[in-house]
Amino acid sequence: MKVLKDLYYTKDHEWLKVEGDEAYIGLTDFAQDSLGDIVYVELPEVDDEFSKEDAFAAVESVKAASDVFMPVDGKIVEVNEALLDEPGLINEDPYENWIAKIEIADKSQLDELLSADEYEKLLDEEV
Amino acid sequence: MRKYDKLIFELSKPGRRAFKLPESSIEEKNLEELIPAEFLSDEELDLPELSEVDIIRHYINLSNKNYGVDTGFYPLGSCTMKYNPKINEDMAGLDGFQNIHPFQSEDTVQGALQLMYELDKALCEISGMDKMTLQPAAGAHGELTGLALIKAYHEHRGDTKRTKIIVPDSAHGTNPASAMMAGFQTIEIKSTEEGLVDIESLKAALDDEVAGLMLTNPNTLGLFERHIVEIAKLVHDAGGLLYYDGANANAILGKVRPGDMGFDVVHFNLHKTFSTPHGGGGPGSGPVGVKKILMDYLPTPTVEKDGDRYYLNYNIPHSVGRMKDFYGHFSILVRAYSYILAMGKDGLKTVSEMAVLNANYLAHKLKDYYNLPEGTIYKHEFVMAGLKGALSDVTTLDVAKRLLDYGYHPPTIYFPLIVNEALMTEPTESESIETLDEFAEVMIKIAEEAKENPELLKEAPHNTPIGRPDEARAARNPVLRYEG
Amino acid sequence: MYPYIQNTKEDIKRMLETIGIDSVDHLFSDIPEDIRFDRELDLKPSMSEMEVRKYLTDMSKKNLTINDLTCFLGAGAYDHYIPSVVKHITSRSEFYTSYTPYQPEVSQGTLQYIFEYQTLICKLTGMEVANASLYDGGTAIAEAAIMATNITRKDQLVISKTVNPQYREVLKTYAHLQNLEVIEVDEAEGVTNLDELKKNVTDKTAAVIVQSPNFFGIVEDLKAIEEIAHSQKKTLFVTCVDPISLGILKSPGSLGADIVVGEGQSLGISLQFGGPYLGFIAVNKAHMRRLPGRLVGETVDANGKRAFVLTLQAREQHIRREKATSNICSNQGINTLAAAVYLVTLGKQGLREVAARSTQMAHYAYSEMIKSGKFKPLFNKPFFKEFAVTSDIDADTVNKKLLDEKILGGYALEKDYPQYKNGILYAVTEKRTKEEIDKLISVLEGIE
Repeated sequence: MKVLKDLYYTKDHEWLKVEGDEAYIGLTDFAQDSLGDIVYVELPEVDDEFSKEDAFAAVESVKAASDVFMPVDGKIVEVNEALLDEPGLINEDPYENWIAKIEIADKSQLDELLSADEYEKLLDEEV
Repeated sequence: MRKYDKLIFELSKPGRRAFKLPESSIEEKNLEELIPAEFLSDEELDLPELSEVDIIRHYINLSNKNYGVDTGFYPLGSCTMKYNPKINEDMAGLDGFQNIHPFQSEDTVQGALQLMYELDKALCEISGMDKMTLQPAAGAHGELTGLALIKAYHEHRGDTKRTKIIVPDSAHGTNPASAMMAGFQTIEIKSTEEGLVDIESLKAALDDEVAGLMLTNPNTLGLFERHIVEIAKLVHDAGGLLYYDGANANAILGKVRPGDMGFDVVHFNLHKTFSTPHGGGGPGSGPVGVKKILMDYLPTPTVEKDGDRYYLNYNIPHSVGRMKDFYGHFSILVRAYSYILAMGKDGLKTVSEMAVLNANYLAHKLKDYYNLPEGTIYKHEFVMAGLKGALSDVTTLDVAKRLLDYGYHPPTIYFPLIVNEALMTEPTESESIETLDEFAEVMIKIAEEAKENPELLKEAPHNTPIGRPDEARAARNPVLRYEG
Repeated sequence: MYPYIQNTKEDIKRMLETIGIDSVDHLFSDIPEDIRFDRELDLKPSMSEMEVRKYLTDMSKKNLTINDLTCFLGAGAYDHYIPSVVKHITSRSEFYTSYTPYQPEVSQGTLQYIFEYQTLICKLTGMEVANASLYDGGTAIAEAAIMATNITRKDQLVISKTVNPQYREVLKTYAHLQNLEVIEVDEAEGVTNLDELKKNVTDKTAAVIVQSPNFFGIVEDLKAIEEIAHSQKKTLFVTCVDPISLGILKSPGSLGADIVVGEGQSLGISLQFGGPYLGFIAVNKAHMRRLPGRLVGETVDANGKRAFVLTLQAREQHIRREKATSNICSNQGINTLAAAVYLVTLGKQGLREVAARSTQMAHYAYSEMIKSGKFKPLFNKPFFKEFAVTSDIDADTVNKKLLDEKILGGYALEKDYPQYKNGILYAVTEKRTKEEIDKLISVLEGIE
């Protein structure tokens, strides 16, 4: 499973790419692989505010559905609308095809997230 | 015939008719004189035009692409696909049952009310409960009704902080969904290695916010919850009630009763345990039985008897209200009662004995080829954790699809969720030893094929009306009606 | 010996030997002794088929049927004609002994007829997506209401008192469970009071729910109600409809409905003392992922051939569990087949004719009934196939006299609408003839 080095990760298999006070959130390669063919992505609305660990989006495959959780507190500033027409983009490249861009409320929460190394270790344990 | 591929709309031809009204016996007026033109449609109806011949052939061709219990063995776990006796259909079709209006006066429907009353009594006896409502339309609707009763019970006592329902992780998906519909929060508790309720997890989950526990017994793994008495005591001591999901009741008729196990509210699936047809997905029927403590909350109306007269009772002091229109799926009730009469007290017990014997026999024949724990006694069904031995990438789905080639309906697959590659198998009492032997042989042959020629399984089915459909495509670009 | 159990004594012996146990009882040894059922069930002994047939036939004969009586009773369940083909097709056991089509390769029959049913409901209602059905009209309203609260994230439902009283009761039961508020809007002259409706529709309203033709048989002004419902940005407009009426009336879809529901019993399903019937629900595409229950979709198989499958299943209980759109699992299966066969049998012309004939006969009965002045119209509004009248005689007396003359009289309104004492709601379908109606009138006129 592909794990990119410069990202933050959660134990629920989301990644977070920080750019200043904002960040992109997506699903990891492991998450897309376990879900199988993704058929639908339910996106939040811009300006919706969520706390850490709130479900802010959902992804559906043919026979499974999974919530996507906020890695940190924040406000949605942009959603990836391309996923509405082509949800399979997440299967094709989970790190390129982010789900939402957020404004991070409290950057100190980033310290609580997993590093790439820690996430890889978690994956080893799960397998 | 199995190659037939037309939609009914594609057969339409202007001018064809399959229906004719008699000449009108009155002098008809312009519709606009009766109903203002602004309410009347000014467009032609977009319905097909067909002859009766077209229609019959279309649907008979479709029926040839279907598989039912009357076609062959249907070991779908937790669905109890037993034989649907033909007398049941005849009885439901009797003029006196089929052609009565639900709002006729009680004195003109005494036979219908009598049937409901007697069925209520019979189901009470079988379940060990005190009173039934026959209103729920299906198992899930029974669950919702039962949870509504539990909610009303706590509310009436002013115990309003009980907002949680405990459900084991092996439960049917309807259990947590029904809890949600009833406005409860679901607490999922773990199963033990063996597949039973983990008593310590249960204890940890029990507090004064718990309204009740939903349990299937035997559970979805086909195992009897041996500690049910202790479980019931723990839940009751914590102030909660126990709900019995009767999906698996085919294992226990005349052997043990939910009421005696300590359950307060029970639903039966008449379309499982009591032989009414599944109808391609419904209609089902899910009567709910309760102990005395819950009788005052039952939905209105119930059926009662006063002397020789049967009547509908709308006077239930703290009723949860009405769960559906009228009195339930009446003609399904007729079928179930017909079955109960045919089997009788002796036959119902034999049903469960033979259902359990068939399951254990089949499990025994398959245990060397599919993953099954050693030395387990099953009830009416058993769950195999896929093919035995380290195999390429052949999955349970492939095994199921290959079974179709051999003319069998596969078991329930990938459920319960706590078993990997689950094949949940319920032969029912309807099947003969010959059928079980033949099925076992095929299952063993498939296990061999999986080793020798996995592609055969991966590409199965090969000789069904269609090959594997592209489900991802269906979900990504939903086409939910004909737009041709 | 039981006809539906095949194991012989010899078979049982062989099976026990194979398992390696000595008795069937051993298989129940895991049930704790103190709860085992140690007596016989207090039920009758098993009966032969001949005995079952006699016992239940005798019981059924205690009922009077719509073949014994001439039916003028409706109020949500109707005596429309059911063409012979319906029964013949729904009696195919390949259809009725199958389960939910979870294995599409051997369930194309079921899947295709559901797909065709969904299409037919869309065509009738003027909507884009219909599901594979719900239990009945009442639960369909409840499901639509819950769906509306989930879409709008508001928890108040506004429903007209002209909606079938049973449906409102079911809605209230469901709403109480989910802590939703139900506001019932009064009627005026047999239709929804639009001023009252306006007052009650606010930014808290998840849905405005009306029925047309309403419980009194009257055609509501859906256009005006739609405007009020949609005066709030998010509020959804839910209409409940008699599918037969759509043979002549404008579709709710064309009048701006967001969710259309109804009772489909009229579409080829017997009265059978109230069930099983058929609830339908239809929406536009924007809301399809919020629909409760099953949906069938079109796709292709591995060889590119047209095929049908259950789809958008991630909404449903078996996948989403406590986050599902509803707990519903079954649909009305074989009744959706009956409705589909009924609709294609009547077809483009037939449904219109049945709807029009029902209206004609109902209006004939109405005008004859009010002629002498003994029975007065309760309302003066346009109606479809049901109408309400009142008189100085109480409804029970009227209906008893009618029953003596083998007529199944109308629905007494007083129990649901105390203000309409002696009010009776009559239903007249295409099955009724001038002769039958004239007899009804003459018996009514003769009542002292």
